[in-house]
Amino acid sequence: MTAAPAMTRATRTSPHTLATKRRSPLSGGDSRGAWLFLAPFGLFYVAFLLGPTVWMLITSFFNTSTVKTGLGSFAGFKNYGEMLGRADFWSAMWHTLQFTLYTTPPLVVLAFVFAILTNRVRRGQWFFRLAFFLPYILPSATISLIWVFIFTPGSGLWASAQQAVGITPGAGVLASPATAMIGIAIATVWWTLGFNFVLYLAGLQEIPRELYEAAAVDGATTWEQIRFITLPLLGRTTTLVILLQIIASLKIFDQVYLMTSGGPGISTQVALTLITGTAFTDNRVGAGSAASVLLFIVIIVIAVVRQIIDRSLARKAA
Amino acid sequence: MSAHSSFTRRSLLGAGLAGVATAALAGCASSPIGAGLVGSKLNPEQLIFWNLFGGGDGSRMQTMEAGYRKTHGGAGSLQATVFAWGNPYYSKVTLATVGNQPPDVAISHLTRAKPLFEGDILEPITEADLASVGLSSTDFNQKSWEAQKTGGKNIAIPLDTHPLVMFFNADVCKKAGLLGSDGKLVDLDGLENFEKALAAVSKVTGGTAIAYGNVSETATPWRVFTTLYHQIKGSTPFISNNGSKLTVNEDDFIEVCTRIQSWVKKGWLNKGLDYAGAMSTMFAGKAGFFLQGEWEITTAQAVKGLKFGMVPVPTLFDVPAAQADSHTFVLPRKNRTPEQRKQAMGFIKSMLDQSYTWAEGGHVPAYLKTLDSAKYKALEPQSDYVKSAEYAVYDDPAWYGGSGSTFENTVGAQLGLVQQLAITPQGALSAIKDQLKVYLNTPSPL
Repeated sequence: MTAAPAMTRATRTSPHTLATKRRSPLSGGDSRGAWLFLAPFGLFYVAFLLGPTVWMLITSFFNTSTVKTGLGSFAGFKNYGEMLGRADFWSAMWHTLQFTLYTTPPLVVLAFVFAILTNRVRRGQWFFRLAFFLPYILPSATISLIWVFIFTPGSGLWASAQQAVGITPGAGVLASPATAMIGIAIATVWWTLGFNFVLYLAGLQEIPRELYEAAAVDGATTWEQIRFITLPLLGRTTTLVILLQIIASLKIFDQVYLMTSGGPGISTQVALTLITGTAFTDNRVGAGSAASVLLFIVIIVIAVVRQIIDRSLARKAA
Repeated sequence: MSAHSSFTRRSLLGAGLAGVATAALAGCASSPIGAGLVGSKLNPEQLIFWNLFGGGDGSRMQTMEAGYRKTHGGAGSLQATVFAWGNPYYSKVTLATVGNQPPDVAISHLTRAKPLFEGDILEPITEADLASVGLSSTDFNQKSWEAQKTGGKNIAIPLDTHPLVMFFNADVCKKAGLLGSDGKLVDLDGLENFEKALAAVSKVTGGTAIAYGNVSETATPWRVFTTLYHQIKGSTPFISNNGSKLTVNEDDFIEVCTRIQSWVKKGWLNKGLDYAGAMSTMFAGKAGFFLQGEWEITTAQAVKGLKFGMVPVPTLFDVPAAQADSHTFVLPRKNRTPEQRKQAMGFIKSMLDQSYTWAEGGHVPAYLKTLDSAKYKALEPQSDYVKSAEYAVYDDPAWYGGSGSTFENTVGAQLGLVQQLAITPQGALSAIKDQLKVYLNTPSPL
């Protein structure tokens, strides 16, 4: 993308390259230039994404240790077997799924609702955009601190609110295995809503006003306008938002690590905390990689399944 | 023309890159670029020290670091970095050492130094090293000195012992009739005696008598449990054989947990409070006692108008015991010249010499010159619990064990739930067995 303007500038002076440009936008000497421009990014991509991924796949079959050089002894599928046989691995996978279930629907629905409401505001829209997006720019450490304060047993904002309405506060939302994940989910929804909100707002602004005007002339109510114009035309945005959200939720780490560190007990231990714990705390890179590969597979399967559903829906629509 | 202009651009770029490279190489010895690219030291004279001290400990350590700088050539002589404690800290020390960029000296808990040493992250410290700065192994509290020895080698130099102690709110305890004429807490040894005191304090506060954190906190429940557990005669190690065998005495486990739950049920012990919450409960006079490491003395002293004292955790069962660990200095593995080695030892010596400052922060000094000094003996309430260090119980050695480790997190989390009355002692034991199974069965990766 960034390469394009520079290339046109370079070719403008030469009739020869101008001719080749007509055949294909990227051929001959030009493509070499494009590769050169892509190289810095490509280098980072290979060094920090593809490389480690391949390394992860390899080490998952070995008893690799953080403190020892080399791969360690060959383990075959033992690491996978161990993970699949570990009760805490399954509970971590379940908690990851649980978190995804708790966060994805509200993050999609609320973002949609707030975007529509904001889009209807005529004056001072900037304020609502800012208000909804502001939490998103805060680092997860800040978010966790804020919500740990809110949920502090006895003296936190939540406990005070309970007291104000005459409820005796318990040990706090984060203290009970039954509610800790809900507490983390609430913090996350508040934090990341802004991102989906902005995506929806952008989608909304691409819908031509004339459509609504025509519908209004035809006597459509606000709800009918949303139902028959906004929702269908935002279909692509919704697909994107849901997929991005599911993947983001499956990769939950920071809030759990900072708010409960997996507790109480292991009731909020998620896949990534288990993976980091195994790989870096226990120094068992091999076993951690195996867990990581399993999560990787789950995420890919979900992404592919969604893609297939979308395609079949699109075919039906067409 | 186009070829020509593109050639010029390229050569310009090339020349630019070459220029940057030359500059980087030229400044290799001490420039930040050189340090980043080839890992050369910014200042070869500078000693790099990593630690995990926050709060009151952190500011005392800074005072001691300033003391070192003053005598060893100014601000540039020492670069001290503080990291968050627990597993992340030890992961950083491990990864930095594996990546050939370790600090010159690092702080480690004694119990964590053992797995680090086993993983070849630490260098043993010889008698010659000690002698090079005028130290010898007899200069230390023998309990902590013996505890650090691993495989016949000295792996760490203890700075202190930090046992679990009992803080008390003097006003509350006075009202409960638990203070002697000298203002000190009366003897609370013995279960019956102790529970009578809890009942008396509970009457004064109208609720909680004793508090310790168990929400978002796994270390304290473990410390309290293991203290009481080891007070029972004939208690076995929780895990043995470097963490491959679960040898906890199940009857004793159930007994301690049941006792803890009975205190919660009677309203004497808090059901769910986090670390800070438990502490402020006692500070605010809503509880008489508070169990925690002695380092919270700094926080207590900072509370205006708070009259408090500190004593060893009373011996409720048969023998005195207190869970403890030691902060130690370790030498991460790296290529050192003899001068660098001596420099590192010199830093450690300087810290030991200043360990009175450290002791003010509550820790029982391991350096005998400080421990036996009249100045320390007069320090109150620090000297009131000094005997705890003599019967300190360190966590059982295991590759996944030690302070703030996976072991503590796993067991402590269940003990926290026991206190919340969320599970039965039996339930906690089976959850612990279940979760530790994989660690018991996995050979040490170190």
